[in-house]
Amino acid sequence: MLDNTQVERLDAEAVNSAKVRQPMYAARKKIFPKRASGSFRRFKWLVMAITLGIYYLTPWLRWDRGPFAPDQAVLLDLANRRFYFFFIEIWPQEFYYVAGLLVMAGVGLFLITSTVGRAWCGYTCPQTVWVDLFLVVERAIEGDRNARMKLDAGPWTARKLMLRVSKHAIWLVIGAATGGAWIFYFADAPTLFGDLFTGTAAPVAYVTVAVLTATTYTFGGLMREQVCTYMCPWPRIQAAMLDENSLTVTYNDWRGEPRSRHAKKVQAAGQSVGDCVDCNACVAVCPMGIDIRDGQQLECITCALCIDACDGVMDKLGRERGLISYATLSDYNANMMLATAGGSSSVNPSLIRTADGLFSDKVAHFHIRKIFRPRTYVYMGLWSLIGLGLLYSLLTRDRLEVNVLHDRNPQFVTLSDGSIRNGYTVKLLNMIPEPRTIVVTIQGLQGADMSVVGDDIPAGRSFAIPVEPDRLKMLKVFVRQPADQIHGTAQTFKFRVEDKASFESDEYTATFNAPETAR
Amino acid sequence: MSDEHIDEISGVSTTGHEWDGIRELNNPLPRWWVVTFYITIVWAIGYTIAYPAWPLLHSATKGVLGYSSRSEVKSELTAAEAAKGKYVAAVESKGVSEIAADDALREFAVAAGGAAFKVNCVQCHGSGAQGSKGFPNLNDDDWLWGGKAEQIQQTITHGIRFASDPETRLSEMPAFGDIITADQITQVSAYVASLSGKIQDASLIEPGAKVFAENCVACHGDNAKGNRELGAPDLTDAIWLYGSGEAAIAAQVRAPKQGVMPAWGGRLGETKVKELAVYVHSLGGGE
Repeated sequence: MLDNTQVERLDAEAVNSAKVRQPMYAARKKIFPKRASGSFRRFKWLVMAITLGIYYLTPWLRWDRGPFAPDQAVLLDLANRRFYFFFIEIWPQEFYYVAGLLVMAGVGLFLITSTVGRAWCGYTCPQTVWVDLFLVVERAIEGDRNARMKLDAGPWTARKLMLRVSKHAIWLVIGAATGGAWIFYFADAPTLFGDLFTGTAAPVAYVTVAVLTATTYTFGGLMREQVCTYMCPWPRIQAAMLDENSLTVTYNDWRGEPRSRHAKKVQAAGQSVGDCVDCNACVAVCPMGIDIRDGQQLECITCALCIDACDGVMDKLGRERGLISYATLSDYNANMMLATAGGSSSVNPSLIRTADGLFSDKVAHFHIRKIFRPRTYVYMGLWSLIGLGLLYSLLTRDRLEVNVLHDRNPQFVTLSDGSIRNGYTVKLLNMIPEPRTIVVTIQGLQGADMSVVGDDIPAGRSFAIPVEPDRLKMLKVFVRQPADQIHGTAQTFKFRVEDKASFESDEYTATFNAPETAR
Repeated sequence: MSDEHIDEISGVSTTGHEWDGIRELNNPLPRWWVVTFYITIVWAIGYTIAYPAWPLLHSATKGVLGYSSRSEVKSELTAAEAAKGKYVAAVESKGVSEIAADDALREFAVAAGGAAFKVNCVQCHGSGAQGSKGFPNLNDDDWLWGGKAEQIQQTITHGIRFASDPETRLSEMPAFGDIITADQITQVSAYVASLSGKIQDASLIEPGAKVFAENCVACHGDNAKGNRELGAPDLTDAIWLYGSGEAAIAAQVRAPKQGVMPAWGGRLGETKVKELAVYVHSLGGGE
């Protein structure tokens, strides 16, 4: 076991600490996050591998939809206005599914934030993941924190130039790969991949890659934490989303204070000391460059790397982990009350410990029960409700539809035999990637018959017509009713469409107009 | 605001503006923000050099790229013309019936003809081609001069009773007010009205039929079904250009109104007329 004084004190200072509160806007102070290790770091590596894997590999997944539709599992086909997602195909008018998913993502974000704080920011936000990736490159080339600081402060030598150029070059390659992966979602990935390198892809593809390369490089490599602090609205919104039962990365000053680098000396002088040895490990690893010991703050993305750093130090010192931990404000407040004897004194570590140095029973610890509270029930309920609604709607949705537009000008035409004709634009939507024969029938409207412009279909009350796979077929249909069968100036009737093979059908209630003198 | 005021809590100087004791902190902007701001200024200067921008007394600077929205419109129009080139060529080379029978060509011609119709024809025939009293409805199946695509093309090209076109469609119903007596007009009007099912004074029908046989069959035919060669309307159907009923018929017998349609062939050219013919043919009454 090491003594307090044996823990290496890192030369780190928070760029924005309580003591040195910098002006809100100023030239950026460079941050050199130290590599952390521990369970949260491992979890973050895993999340990073999964999220990057999903992003880069998804466009390459194949999904067989037969000969009449693309075989890319996830494809936003903007030219044909179709969205393919595995077994789901979405037409533009069904875009509410995507809107519903976005609402679910929003409510999900509320749920996650109200239970585990800014987990989105700390683990899965693309900004966080790509900055992490860029930092991996930076560390691999320039070394860890101290080496990087030394390099940055040092003069421009050939070595520094070489290191910097290779770092930025690799960043640009990552940026290009990020932009490159993006466009594969909008076209057949293998084809576009080939076209991209032979210079035959659409100009918009190159522009998109260029723009996304630039933004990835700038945001991930150059701006980093500034994006979160200055550009992102979520840090502001999260203040309203957190409550006293939300888990968030917390410095437990009720056991850490008074912090001291020379605990033994202080103790010998008869003063109490907390667990914090003021080693600054938490500050050194922070990608946001803050000091978590200043309490909850806007810049903190709750990446939990300071927990890993602190736990490592506590392990070395043989003390309980969790000086920095995920804690709720209510637990924190209770423990603070305990440590300050109800707020009457400054923090006194002896108040939270028993005689043998263990935590007293009165110290509050997080209980899983706190996740389940009315607020999270509402979020979970809302989330599931929307999810179930979407699922129900998806499973029962029509893949055969008819839309009818009644001619307005003229509303009706009197024919030479006195019968009245109305014109309709009938749109048949075959929403599956298979050719189908659709039977169109009119129901109601005594004695009436239909004819189709441009098709040699004999006039009648029903006709069958082939519709191409995954296409809309527009027909100009004339409906004619003999004068002696007309009852009223506006009669309603139905266009019924049916696929005799699959028994799918749809109906549209239309109006038939006639002049008052027709009868 | 000469003396600088430093905010006690933040240690930041204020702008000197004060509202009810609330002061505005004078924080500097983030450097990247300021840099972006300067970049936009540089960009704007470059932009005004590259593109038309600065107003002069009678014109404006042209910009070194030579861009103008007018030339862009021109190039877009050229591109649009080129895109429909193969359809236009097909319309030029094929007959109207052929065009109407080809799905893609018909679609093109109906769209193009519809646009031309909106410009040239709606003044008389109405925006829905529904016509009005004295101006034929082109949606119905009643054609004075024939409803085949070629016949429609002929009508549009040379017009009707259009004096300056030698090939114009010509028919002239005499003013029977000067030829037969008022009683005979009443009788023949009653007879004609009865042909399309309008119940009339039965005593007029028989003499009316006699008057019709003596005066009208030459053009309108024995069965009053009309004659398209002469543009003589079918008097037995439900469609009346100048109004149905005895009184309207009598007025037309006494002193016929005769509409004139201009010849459009010279003005619009053969291709446009073909497109118009296909459009009119597609309205529902085409034969």
